[in-house]
Amino acid sequence: MITIKNLKVDLGNFLLRDINLDIEEGEYFIILGPTGAGKTILLEAIAGLYPVLKGEIWIDSREITRLNPEKRGIGIVYQDQALFPHLSVQENIAFGLKMRKYPKQELRSKINAMAEMVGISHLLERGPVTLSGGEKQKVALARALATDPKVLLLDEPLSALDPETKERMQGELREMHRRVKVITIHVTHDFEEAIALGQRVAILNNGSIVQVGTPEEFLRHPSSEFVARFALSRNIFTGRVVDAEANYALIDIGGVKLAALTGLRDEVHLSLRPEDILISKEPLGSSARNSFQGMVSDIADRGSVIYATVSLPPDFVCLITRQSFEELGLKKGVKAWITFKTSAIHVF
Amino acid sequence: MSKISLRRKPDTMSIVFVVLAAFILLFIFVPPIKTIASSSPGTLWDTLLSKDVYSSILLTIYAALIATLIGFFLGVPLAYILARHEFWGKRFLEGLIDVPIVMPHSAVGIALLFVFGSNFLMGRFLNDIGIGFVDKVAAIVFAMMFVSVPFLIDSAKEGFKTVDVRLEKVARTLGASPWRSFFRISLPLAWRSIFSGSVLMWARGFSEFGAVYIVAGHVPFFGYHPVAAPVLVTELFESPGGLKAAQPLTVLLILICLIIFIVLRTASYKGKKA
Repeated sequence: MITIKNLKVDLGNFLLRDINLDIEEGEYFIILGPTGAGKTILLEAIAGLYPVLKGEIWIDSREITRLNPEKRGIGIVYQDQALFPHLSVQENIAFGLKMRKYPKQELRSKINAMAEMVGISHLLERGPVTLSGGEKQKVALARALATDPKVLLLDEPLSALDPETKERMQGELREMHRRVKVITIHVTHDFEEAIALGQRVAILNNGSIVQVGTPEEFLRHPSSEFVARFALSRNIFTGRVVDAEANYALIDIGGVKLAALTGLRDEVHLSLRPEDILISKEPLGSSARNSFQGMVSDIADRGSVIYATVSLPPDFVCLITRQSFEELGLKKGVKAWITFKTSAIHVF
Repeated sequence: MSKISLRRKPDTMSIVFVVLAAFILLFIFVPPIKTIASSSPGTLWDTLLSKDVYSSILLTIYAALIATLIGFFLGVPLAYILARHEFWGKRFLEGLIDVPIVMPHSAVGIALLFVFGSNFLMGRFLNDIGIGFVDKVAAIVFAMMFVSVPFLIDSAKEGFKTVDVRLEKVARTLGASPWRSFFRISLPLAWRSIFSGSVLMWARGFSEFGAVYIVAGHVPFFGYHPVAAPVLVTELFESPGGLKAAQPLTVLLILICLIIFIVLRTASYKGKKA
């Protein structure tokens, strides 16, 4: 496990302070925070690439706070991948092995095994500049994992990718972690990414950790306004794909089954923006495939707009204008229909 | 890059600019071309075979090469520090490094004598270890180095700046010491700039007259006593033969510079393609 105690880092214009984390063996840990919160610097401090002012970093029973980066056994993958442009894919993967004096006769098979694991065996001879974003990401992963690090640091690994590649890479990160079981610390500003991948999530805001917990705990009890803003800006559900064909899936979220567009299967998360849900007294004769009757369980008046919670169950938070709210005559306890398009659901 | 198209109605500004450009190009090209064109290959060959001339050219090539090697060894680390670190007074230091480019070169020679002349500490030290300074090869090397090393430092610095510092960081996490990360990542990636800076330094050293003229006349060089080639051109010009006497060596020096220029361009073009 990796333990971070009272870490303090100077970022020039502000400080990271009182950073305390205990990350268990084989855990996939997410640090979630807005852009500019110092997430990358925190990773670099853990890797020994950025000086710390105060505090301690331990891996198992060894303190590494003052150790040189090459002695720590911590791998890093940057957002822009940082592949060595003058080396081929296989030379990139071999780099760490050569630095660590890996036996020459086993080098070949180790490179092949790493390439196979991330699915880039056909790219070994290529130069990094010819690769797509997703391919570069896999090479960077293979390069970092080749040296069998104790801890893997991922700096916004998905944010430079297009949405489709991002969805696929997310699945591959989960699969990679399932196989390698290395302690993984992944930083991101994307709430959905955090919910989808993290076994536990820490929220970093204004230079310190404001909450640590499982994704479920976050969704139920957002303890800070920062988290709440994330959590309330959309309806988030966990579900299971029960029927699927091609790019279409029927997802059971506990009670109701939603139709959505996704290539993902099995356990998934869904998000649905409150403004994408139509609310009505009678069923709408529209082409939308998701239409359900429930009961209004809560009304939150925000002036010109109103958040109405419709319980099927589960609860759906819907955003409506004051005008339609008054026209519909909504109030607690009345029955209402909610309708939304399959394309309004984001599956991750 | 967009190509200027002259086929369709060119606007007035383009016409004016092309005319002005033509003037400056003629000004650059005509003198060397005319000097080369009005010489005969036979005279060039005879001149090259004269011991005064070829030993002088060899001395100049050799001294410029030694200057470049020393400049490389000491200048590349400085360039790396300037590219990677921020520190108090860095801007000022960077300005200072370029001073030799704008200093009158005769003044450079005088300044060097104030440190390395036989009456001064460094000069006595060089004498004691048998290298010597005034009227020795070492004087030519130092004079060349002083005026040309900024080209190498600046070029290498720009080269290192283009290397993403994260590449070095990743190399460190993969097990590379600072030395190995430098030699395996930073240096190879900045190599093209360092190489072209070195060629530029060599060429600038090769063509130095003023500073060399002050610190060294005829120097012992492989059993002979040549002067540096640019100094020899001046000596020939001031001889009774005048312009005519100076012409063949002048042509040879221009040709050497042309060859260097072509080598540099080819090397950097290949580098870009790779």
